Amino acid sequence: MTDLHNGNGGGNGPGNGSGNGRLVVEDLENLSFSVNRKVFVSDDVLEGEHRAIFDKCWVYVGHASEVKNPNDFRSRQVAGRPVIFCRDRAGTVRALINSCRHRGALVCREREGNARQFYCIYHGWSYNTDGSLKGIPGDDAYPPGFDKTKKGLVPVPRLEHYKDFYFANFDHNAPDLHRYLAGAKDYIDLVVDQSPSGRMEIISGVQEYDIKANWKLLVENSVDDYHLVTTHSTWLNYMRNSGVNITPAKGHMLPTKGFGKDLGNGHLTTDNPNYRGRPVAKWISVYGEEAKADIEAIRKELVERLGEARAARVADTNRNLCIFPNLVINDGSSVTVRNFFPVSPGHMRVTAWALGPVEETEAQRARRLHAFLTFYGPGGFATPDDVAALELAQQGFAAWREVPWSDLSRGMGNSQQQLATDEGHLRVFWRKWSQLMEARQ
Amino acid sequence: MTLAVDPNATVTRAEVEDFLYHEADLLDQWKLDDWLGLLTEDASYFVPPNDKPDADHRFTLFTVADDIVRLRERIIRLKDPNCHAEFPPSRTRRMISNVRITGVEDGLIAVAANFAIFRHRRNEPVREFVGRYRYKLKRTDAGLKIAERRAILDAEELGRMGSVSFLL
Ligand code: FES
Ligand SMILES: [Fe+2]
Repeated sequence: MTDLHNGNGGGNGPGNGSGNGRLVVEDLENLSFSVNRKVFVSDDVLEGEHRAIFDKCWVYVGHASEVKNPNDFRSRQVAGRPVIFCRDRAGTVRALINSCRHRGALVCREREGNARQFYCIYHGWSYNTDGSLKGIPGDDAYPPGFDKTKKGLVPVPRLEHYKDFYFANFDHNAPDLHRYLAGAKDYIDLVVDQSPSGRMEIISGVQEYDIKANWKLLVENSVDDYHLVTTHSTWLNYMRNSGVNITPAKGHMLPTKGFGKDLGNGHLTTDNPNYRGRPVAKWISVYGEEAKADIEAIRKELVERLGEARAARVADTNRNLCIFPNLVINDGSSVTVRNFFPVSPGHMRVTAWALGPVEETEAQRARRLHAFLTFYGPGGFATPDDVAALELAQQGFAAWREVPWSDLSRGMGNSQQQLATDEGHLRVFWRKWSQLMEARQ
Repeated sequence: MTLAVDPNATVTRAEVEDFLYHEADLLDQWKLDDWLGLLTEDASYFVPPNDKPDADHRFTLFTVADDIVRLRERIIRLKDPNCHAEFPPSRTRRMISNVRITGVEDGLIAVAANFAIFRHRRNEPVREFVGRYRYKLKRTDAGLKIAERRAILDAEELGRMGSVSFLL
């Protein structure tokens, strides 16, 4: 991927007509990295992404805590497919395609619940929570070769989990999830280590909102610390008004110097010393004096269980982790799990949850949720401005033919480790994206 | 501060309606400091999540769950030109109806109402926010004040409403 180049169209990135038709162009000699804006507006590119990325990569389905008990279920969309994420009667977690084997209707219409069977309202076929066919009204009319044992709900081709995070793969031949996750596992571990028993749970209450922008812009945005000072100045003001020190570190854009990291296989993360508080376990003034002792106790438990160094790693650093292609776990002011799928090139649907240790007391849980809402979510002090920025970018892409290239060269040529305010970790995503898109037939 | 022995006897639906219409007008005009003046010193403002409209914010992730401290900060943010989601401010129009006094608890007057809020921004289709309000109003020497305000959306998900960046 080291070809091209010579800017003529504005001298920024490969000029019009160059780049050998490539959509992502990296030039290591001249230190430039350009993404063609066609990737944000083209139906053909989106169709390619469905086949080369969403049908081939591990995509997030849900967390084991969402289906705690036998026969618990959640219905949701996974990579455009209707899926029932459930725990069967025997306790096995499953992801079943939510489509009747008879003539297609959804067999589960409720968002969540507990049910002994899924019942199709069209002609009344019913299924057990392990997917097997339970009953057919008037089954004597079927021919002799009709095999009921082969008419169960179809499971997603592959379903695997890492520490209770369940992923599906629509490609039977995909490598196993643990191998796929590569270095991202270490960062999931840092999230999970916040729980004394290693058990985290999705907290009730989901945020589902649309952004009128291409889905890849949210990948970039979720891990991009370059935008923080400009896009989120009102949030920084709020922090300062609340007594949090937000003075930039010497020679840096942000209060602490953080890094952007390549975790392999297209996964990436920021890795930042914390300044904005952490429910586990870094007190800031926003939490109130009365929370100090409690945070100290949480910290003490961490040290006893994990040792000083690991406890500091868990409690004093933040990470915005992106698992290729579209799962983001932001472990900062609070922990949010955020998944998003394209509806069209200029439109994505976001689902976001809060995650917390199962052991949390009422006060700790309330503090975690309060901290979540100061920054994240459609009513937070920051996320709406991210949405605004992404929608403005998408509107700008209408002129992609005239201004074809976006610049992602920030930090290139820096021989040191890439900063979180550089774009080195964003380039990790784009290289993987480009590799998969070019490999497709 | 005086509390009526029986607040129902001293507050009428017409009075509550006037109060809510006045509040809606302040919000539509972005007179946010005047709006803050309608609140008690310990007021709170909630937008529950669409999937759990009747939940408790201490156990459930809300869209908005502000105590008075964060609510004041929210107003500072909304007035800042760097509040990008609301700059320039959205044009909003609130329709409030079906206003009822539903009870009195701890000296607070419980009020229910329906709302339809139309939000317009340049280069965007209109976004409609429809739902119900649940207020707790307090009778004070300075008139009615808002002790708690809950805007509960009817939609199953925010979806095309996108962000809740202005005050519902
Ligand atoms: S489509 Fe389900 S029973 Fe006919
Ligand atoms: Fe942001």
